Amino acid sequence: MLRITLCAAALAVASGAAFATDADMAQIREEIRQLREAYERRITALENRLGEAEAKPKPAPEPARSAGENAFNPATSLILQGTAARSSRDPETYRIDGFAPSGGEVGTARRGLSLAESELVVTANVDPYFRGLLIAALTPENETEVEEAFVQTLALGRGLTLKGGRFLSGIGYQNEIHQHAWDFQDAPLAYKAFLGGRFSDDGVQLRWVAPTDLFLELGAELGSAGSFPATNRNRNGANAWSVFGHAGGDIGASIAWRAGLSMLRASPRERAYDDTDSTGTVVTNAFSGRSRVWIADAVLKWAPNGNPGETNFKLQGEYFRRTESGELTYDTQGASLGTQTGSYASRQSGWYLQAVYQFMPRWRVGYRLDRLSAGSARIGLMESRALAAQDFPVLAAYRPRRRTAMIDWSPSEYSRVRVQLARDYARLGEADSQLLVQYVMSLGAHGAHRF
Amino acid sequence: MESKLKILVFLGSALCSIPALAALNVFACEPEWGALARELGGDKLSVYEATTALQDPHRIEARPSLIARARSADLVVCTGADLEAGWLPLVLAQSGNPKIRPGEPGFFEAARAVALLERPARIDRAMGDVHPGGNPHVHLDPRNVAVIAQALGERLAAIGAADAAVFRGRTRAFLERWRSAIGRWEAGATPLKGVALVVAHKNLTYLVSWLGMREAGSLEPQPGMPPTTAHLAELLARLKREPARAVVRAAYNDPRSAEWLAERAKIPTVVLPYTVGGSDKANDLFGLYEDTIERLLAVAR
Repeated sequence: MLRITLCAAALAVASGAAFATDADMAQIREEIRQLREAYERRITALENRLGEAEAKPKPAPEPARSAGENAFNPATSLILQGTAARSSRDPETYRIDGFAPSGGEVGTARRGLSLAESELVVTANVDPYFRGLLIAALTPENETEVEEAFVQTLALGRGLTLKGGRFLSGIGYQNEIHQHAWDFQDAPLAYKAFLGGRFSDDGVQLRWVAPTDLFLELGAELGSAGSFPATNRNRNGANAWSVFGHAGGDIGASIAWRAGLSMLRASPRERAYDDTDSTGTVVTNAFSGRSRVWIADAVLKWAPNGNPGETNFKLQGEYFRRTESGELTYDTQGASLGTQTGSYASRQSGWYLQAVYQFMPRWRVGYRLDRLSAGSARIGLMESRALAAQDFPVLAAYRPRRRTAMIDWSPSEYSRVRVQLARDYARLGEADSQLLVQYVMSLGAHGAHRF
Repeated sequence: MESKLKILVFLGSALCSIPALAALNVFACEPEWGALARELGGDKLSVYEATTALQDPHRIEARPSLIARARSADLVVCTGADLEAGWLPLVLAQSGNPKIRPGEPGFFEAARAVALLERPARIDRAMGDVHPGGNPHVHLDPRNVAVIAQALGERLAAIGAADAAVFRGRTRAFLERWRSAIGRWEAGATPLKGVALVVAHKNLTYLVSWLGMREAGSLEPQPGMPPTTAHLAELLARLKREPARAVVRAAYNDPRSAEWLAERAKIPTVVLPYTVGGSDKANDLFGLYEDTIERLLAVAR
């Protein structure tokens, strides 16, 4: 617009030049100069405004969430799982010989087609100070279980986090990982024998991350739900406590590692289990005393340049050692040879080592070795010859072992289908061949990529 | 005895290698934001980059080393728009560091400063790993970088108030150099207008849109899903009808499917640095753009 005016002015000057006097010329020149100045001022102003507009952040795009009452809905996700299994021995009779049964969910998958636990995860910040999480498991038996329900501090600072409620304990490596994220369908034998599958407790946990470049984390827990190896003692104070420490870091761009040491102490009272005595009667025995579990864990992950999309490798192993001492009561119900109590002391250990390799996108293979050593328990009632070894068959010295192989296919990050094959010598003198197909699907909020 | 003492002292010093206290600790999720922070902060910042140019920022795990670095960070600079949804929330939660929680001044999301492309009309995982907020790979449009630099410079000045003048001065100087570079790049890249490309993943959308190029297809059947043979065959058939100039992938994308398609479609493959550190020449943000345009021009001529 300005340019046109300017050109018109110039044309007017040119056409009128022949007739113009000097005074006219001066006036015209002055007008042109003023026009040019105005033109430049406005151009500069425009340029400035353009620069400002470019530099000023555009308002953030409106979030896709709806406003109103729904706006604060927590993140929700749902895990659906199922298995098709066959095994050469009845899963109902599953036991790990040499180890007092934990009463936990340690059996193998049910034969045939079955639904596994469906998990509903709901989580959100409570306020600026707390975060809450609930994981409810809907079991195939149509029951609801609270797997985890805890609140966690957000603003303690200094690397401290306090958690309270029901949560998976931070001991070991696999303990805190939910079943749907495991690399095999079932837990390592050591977890089954020493922790009843996994250790979860109602209590409090304090964790501290050190302000160092090397990852260092210390944690302590107090709990009283009394899941195995503890029992609920109906008393004030804690029934179990644990401490753990983890260290970790990177070796170059391709390797990451974490290692840790944990200890769990419990003083169970009348921790009962069933056994078949020398008369063939099913009797209930009970242990009271102290139980201490040590766990050493290590994980190493490799991916070319740290980019796991194509291929990656994971090596994971944990070593368990448990000492228990106290009293063992035989036949608490008086169903067979009469209730008797004697001393009990045992030292047991076990480990597993597993490797998982993603050899191409979507496909992974894995292999796991399990070894347990029941050690030799000192049972007072046997040493005093009041009862015989045949009265405590499940406590007989034995070294259970298992080999497991799996291959899984994950069409996306949210779905996985797995075939798993195992040869299980958990029962004395009986080999159990297991084959299963499993699916794990997760819906809703994006799951976390745990290390 | 003495050697044991030495080992102890060594271990002690290794454990306590606490990041420099004078400078602000910046935890950058991706190398581009690490590079930008360095431009704006200079030696007033100690910058840690959580990922490299050879890593897919979607697929990172909450590694112990990341938690340890987040623990002592004063500022987290990430893309946002759900690019780091799989690992950043976990890293932040486990670090026990309230300064860098979302919503705090210590948490900076670059994608919030700009308008996102490809906002999905339907949010459904059946469409692949879609990001509800839009395509998060915003750093490949230099005009976005300018806007983000302005916002990040302000944030640095707010957090490191003692050095606010330094951060503002460096931001102004960077923007001046950056704006003149944009003009240079745009002028040099005119031959790229209208050039059709096959991309590996939808991570070059902003570059394609800035330079007026055209996306003729993606190796991934749906965002985030690995390429399938069926999809590649279909794409190849489409390329026979409507040819493209090249198959373009980022340094971290799988080379095999890109090469498979390029070979059969008889077009070249171009590996773009994608971010700072993705090639020898892309050693800062300026190098990233210069190398990217140079590599594209080589096939467009």
